[in-house]
Parts: sequence; structure tokens; C-alpha cells
Amino acid sequence: MSDEARHSSDGEPPAPRRRRWSAQLKVGAALTAAILIASLLAPWIAPHPWDTISMRTRFLAPNATYWLGTDDYGRDVLSRMLMGGRLSIAMGVSATLVSLALGVPMGLAAGYFRGWIDEALMRFADVLMAIPAIMLGLLVLAVTPPALWKTALAIGFVYTPLIARITRSVTLSLANEEFIQAARARSESNAYILFREILPNAWPPLLVEASLRVTYAILLGAALSFLGLGAQPPSSDWGLMIAEARSFLDRAPWIALAPGLAMCLLVIGVNLLGDGARERLDPRIKAGVGKS
Amino acid sequence: MTAYIVRRLVFILLVLAAVSILVFAITSLLPANVAYLILGPFAPPEQVRALEVKLGLNDPIWRQYLRWAGGFLTGDLGVSTLMNRPIAPMLAEAIGRSLMLTGASFFLIASIGVGLGVAAALRHGRALDHSVSVGAYLGIAVPEFFWAIVVIMVFASWLGWLPASGYEPPSAGFWIWAKHLIAPTITLVFGHLAHVSRLTRSSMIEVMQSPYVTAARAKGLPERVVVLHHALRNALLPTITVLALDFGRLMGGIVVVETIFAYPGLGRLIVFSIQNRDLPTLQASILVVAAIYAVANLVADLLYARFNPKIRYGRNVG
Repeated sequence: MSDEARHSSDGEPPAPRRRRWSAQLKVGAALTAAILIASLLAPWIAPHPWDTISMRTRFLAPNATYWLGTDDYGRDVLSRMLMGGRLSIAMGVSATLVSLALGVPMGLAAGYFRGWIDEALMRFADVLMAIPAIMLGLLVLAVTPPALWKTALAIGFVYTPLIARITRSVTLSLANEEFIQAARARSESNAYILFREILPNAWPPLLVEASLRVTYAILLGAALSFLGLGAQPPSSDWGLMIAEARSFLDRAPWIALAPGLAMCLLVIGVNLLGDGARERLDPRIKAGVGKS
Repeated sequence: MTAYIVRRLVFILLVLAAVSILVFAITSLLPANVAYLILGPFAPPEQVRALEVKLGLNDPIWRQYLRWAGGFLTGDLGVSTLMNRPIAPMLAEAIGRSLMLTGASFFLIASIGVGLGVAAALRHGRALDHSVSVGAYLGIAVPEFFWAIVVIMVFASWLGWLPASGYEPPSAGFWIWAKHLIAPTITLVFGHLAHVSRLTRSSMIEVMQSPYVTAARAKGLPERVVVLHHALRNALLPTITVLALDFGRLMGGIVVVETIFAYPGLGRLIVFSIQNRDLPTLQASILVVAAIYAVANLVADLLYARFNPKIRYGRNVG
């Protein structure tokens, strides 16, 4: 039934390989880098001002002057897309850093110490997770004037328990392994076991999760903007651009497609990068991947 | 195990109490005067003041909270300030409709997701694996609201197969009811499938390379038995946790999807009550979502314990 699975598991001798980048990693890195660099340099490379309203250039299809066309206010879609990328990416990355900084130590401690520490941390996580992310975001953003740094902080906080739970379940299964028992028998300190023995082995699934998390944060931020509770006009966050373009889908689909496509490419790029890095980091999986 | 379940149920109640405090605290920051909202902008000030006294809006915040939470415990969820009707029956209807939507989506996500993940793992590095991976990337990369727009354009505008939005009760006839469910369900499934299939695939690949699978094969067991009885059991463990998280994400997903498809469920009710500053409805809806989600998490933990012999909950209860 699955001869190929058998081949992939033991067909390749564990010969020392040169650590070349897989195609997946290359494509992911190229996509991510292209969109990151273009977005970060947006103020300097945007071909037109992103917020200049001009009634004479409304709804122009993509052409030589306006590569991605213009929107209902006659603003250049490419320039708005690049500026919007800056906002969305900065928001997603900072949100993820917040959730990793809080969630990883929580999950390690809960999964390794078990007992009341586990209970306390996980019940705290339950309270945070008891409200779905977007609803907590809606709730918070409904009471304060929306600002992107608030969105980032809120999303990072909202995602902390997810990181903690995944770290915990990986730690739980690692804690019974022999090399941990060996470390304990050597009477290593708890900090050493947590951060030197468990964390490096828990890293691959965490890396996948973190790379996904950046993209989820971008998508969640976009959804909040789409519902009108994120970035505010005339700002050009990707979600807001799509929301504004929704009424013109029949007439000028490029207004919605440009930011939608940019978001897709970035998310796909980051995911390829995360997966590629995971297979490189995990020797067991790398052995199985053994194809050019 | 029973002791563990009882303990967890008590904890769920504590979590909900904590959530209720959180929700009440946040919503009481909303810049809105409930009395004005009920009476309208042209009400005479003395009438507004009289209603404020009647509703207890001038009481200290903790007393307002206790009155609200006490009402919740006795089944009195209050009255919607916008629609001027009791919240409980309104909320019950919305929950029923949302559960139809999320239930159908969850079933499809779990079965298709695990199936695709296992199939991809068994064909690791082959065409099927690659197409599942590409599909997963698309599913993750395209936000729900964008899927929704695409689904509406394709199935409603171009093909004309499905209604673009709205809801019909099952009493209107099975097909009419189902037709209104399909488009939002497709949107939710597209948006949530990837996480399950990706995780199942990666843990399945890992498990298939572990020594005990090799041992099972060396014993000469048929591949089907090795995959279904030996590998899948362990590979599904992380998936169970993620499925519970996914159920929570579905509860969040209905916010966007129900809003776009004008589907009168819980998600739309929440957005509607935020937009119209209908605080009692907002508070009750969010608390109900938290309750549903808490039960889903408990079920996931019990399943995790059931399938993982290494973990015995309640051992330290004695």
C-alpha cells in the first residue's frame, strides 16, 4: 500500500550531506524577502503618492503609468498596496513576538513541572482562550479608538495561550524520554533541562507554529480591518483596502485583487519558509526527505 | 477519570466567571449611555434620569455586575436595548443556526483534514503529497473574507447555483434550507482545512519513521494494520488538540462569514450588537460563546487522555 513510505524511511543511508537549501526554502525565502523588502521600502519606491485623491484618474485599469490601476478615489493601487504591506507586516511580526515571548516559557513550565504549576498556567490560558481571538479583538477595539499597535498587542496576547498549549503538549511527550531522564540523573538544573534539553527538541513544531502565527496575525488584523475595527481610512492596511474595494468587484476587481494577492504571496512564502526550515532542523524528517 | 471530569467542570465554571468579569469590565468602558440608547436621542432629561435609576445605572460597578451575573444564573439574560426584546430566546435561535453552520463545517474539516493529511504522509514526496501541500498553502493564505467574496462571485453571481446570502429555516424545505448553508460552509471549510491536514501529515510522517512502526512491519503485519492501528493512533494525538482549537477558530470564523453572508447566527449578532452598542446582547453572546468553547476544550482533553496511554488524568487526585 505504501511502499514509498517504506523507501523514504529507510531507503536513504544517513550519509553526510552538504546542507543545501531545498527548493521549498528557496521559493519561500524569495517570496517572503521580495514582499518584505518592497513593503519596508514602500515610502521610497512607491511610484505615486498613496493618498492623493484625483477624480480624473478614478477606476483606471492597470496601465503603464499605474501598474496595478487606480481605485475609486483615483489613488494608485500599487502604492497603496506597498504602504499597506508595511502596516500589516509590522503588525503581524510584533504580535507573534509578543505571543512567543509569553507563551513558550509558559508551555515549557506547564509541561515539565506538571502539578499545580501546570494547572495554574493552563487554567489561565483557558480564560484567555475562552473567547475566540476575533471576538476578543472586536471587544477590545470597540471600546478604544482603533490603532495598529493596540491591534498588535491584543493579537499577540490573544495568541499566547495557543503557543503555550502547543509548547506544553510537545514538552509532555518529551519529558518521559530517556535523554531527559539522563539529564535528571546527572542532576542538571531545571532551567538547563527546560531550555537546553527540551526547547531545542521542541523547536521544530514551534517553528511551524510561529511561522503560521505571523500569517494568522496578519489575516486576523486584516479581518478586523475588514469589519471596520482595525486600520482606519485613509490608511491603506490590506484588509481595509479589500473591504473598500468590495463594492467595486464587478467594475474594478484589481482594487481588491492586488492586496489580496500580496497577502496570499506573503503568507505562502512564510509558510514555505517555516516548513522548509522545519525539515532542515529535524534530522528524522530530513532523512526522509532525501530527494534532490 | 470521574473525579477529573468533575474537577474540570468546576474549573469551567470558574473560567466562565473570570470571562464574565472580563467581558463586563470591557463593555462597561464603552462610551454609551444605555438609558439614552433605549429612549432615543430626543428623550427629556428627567425621563432619562428616571430610567437610569430604574436600571440601576448609577450603582457602583460591582453591584451592577452582581445583578447581571445573578440574572444570568437564573436564566434571565436581560433585554436587548436595541430590539427591546428578551435576549434569551433571540440568542437561542442564533445559537441554533450557528451550530448548524459550525457543526457541518467541523465535521467536514475533521474528516477531510485527517484523510488528506494521512494520504499525503503515506505518499510523502509524491504528487498527491505536493498537491495537498499546495492546497493547504492556499487555504491558509487566503483570508476568510476573501474566500467568501470568491464563493459569492462564483456560486451566486456567475453560476447562480446558490443564494448570495440569507437564511431559511428547515421548515421551508430541506433543499431550500441546505442551499443557504452551503456557501458559508464551503467558505469555513476552505479557510480551516489546512491546519488539520498539515499537522496530521507532519506527525504522521514522523510516526511512520519511528522504530515501533518498523518493528510492526518487521513482524510482518499488513501495511493497513500498521497504518491504522499502530501509526494513526499516535499521529492523531496532536491533531486532537488542534481540532479543539479549530472549533474555537470556527466560532470566531462565523463572525466574518455570517456577516458577509447575512446569516442570522451568533457571529452576526455579536457584530450587530457592537455596531449598535447593544451591550446586554453583546455581553450575553460572548459569554455563551465562551461556554460552548469551554465544553469543546474539555471534550478534546478527555479524548487526548483516552487515546494516549502515557497520560492518566486524575492520577494525582488519589
